Amino acid sequence: MIARIVVVPKPVVNDPQGVTVRQGLASLGFGEVTDVRVGKYIEVRLDATSEREARERVDAMCSRLLANHVIEDYHFELEHERKGAMR
Amino acid sequence: MKFGVVVFPGTWSDRDCGWVVDQVLGAHLQYLWHKDTDLKGCDCIIVPGGFAYGDYLRTGAIARFAPLMESIGEFADRGGLVWGICNGFQILCESGLLPGALIRNASLEYRCEWTNLVVERADLPFTSQCDEREVIRVPISHGEGSYFADPATLSRLEQNGQVVFRYCDVEGRVRPSSNPNGSLHNIAGIVNSRGNVLGMMPHPERCAEAELGGTDGLKLFRSVMHSAAQVLTA
Repeated sequence: MIARIVVVPKPVVNDPQGVTVRQGLASLGFGEVTDVRVGKYIEVRLDATSEREARERVDAMCSRLLANHVIEDYHFELEHERKGAMR
Repeated sequence: MKFGVVVFPGTWSDRDCGWVVDQVLGAHLQYLWHKDTDLKGCDCIIVPGGFAYGDYLRTGAIARFAPLMESIGEFADRGGLVWGICNGFQILCESGLLPGALIRNASLEYRCEWTNLVVERADLPFTSQCDEREVIRVPISHGEGSYFADPATLSRLEQNGQVVFRYCDVEGRVRPSSNPNGSLHNIAGIVNSRGNVLGMMPHPERCAEAELGGTDGLKLFRSVMHSAAQVLTA
């Protein structure tokens, strides 16, 4: 199974990277952009017997290491890998 | 008095701290490797600056799982003195020994410059040789030193007097213009509620000799030395 995890700064946390990217987009003519938040994307490949088990394990990974609950929120999607698929 | 200086892969301020401890202060120095668990009888543990484990994922995120950090947590629980400087402050926050987190500087710049700090607590083992409200001059060197905590945590820190150092101007006025990194409430250093774990972004080990442009940092090392002497004679 693959977990596709997205970690973003909490709305209350100042995100200077996001502000700078928004300014960059504005200078390129994308004036319609009202907000940008820069986070990270983490892909985790794991063995699990069920989606429920995988969800619990990935949630624990996020809360214990992959995201810092003081400053970040996270969400993720799980995707089944085809057996024998090329890695 | 024995200082332990923690060394992770990627730490670079260990030698600077070690130099101050044994060459300037004349105290016993023990380097502590991150994979060890024995604190070797140290009275104060310094978690120095650098980029422990490359700061991968987040600053301090991986370092907190080092075997030595568990021993340091137990040491702190027993009331032992733990002093995180720069990356060490980030590690102590990640490990939960101090509240809050350090995020990217508001300017997005890596800031390496002198700062003025107002000492708000002079009754701590780390600051006893300072005067309350004294302004000390200590350099910073970081890209992610903007202190953040949620409003409830922040007001608890303020109410309990856990803010030890605040960025200020030369006269000690705490102003937005004297804030080098966007830290909430101009916070440069905090202590845990018990007063035995200090985290600070500025580098006192870089201003402990006149040749380096200032000696205010030495006051903090001397404070720890003094407090240990008091404990020994008590």
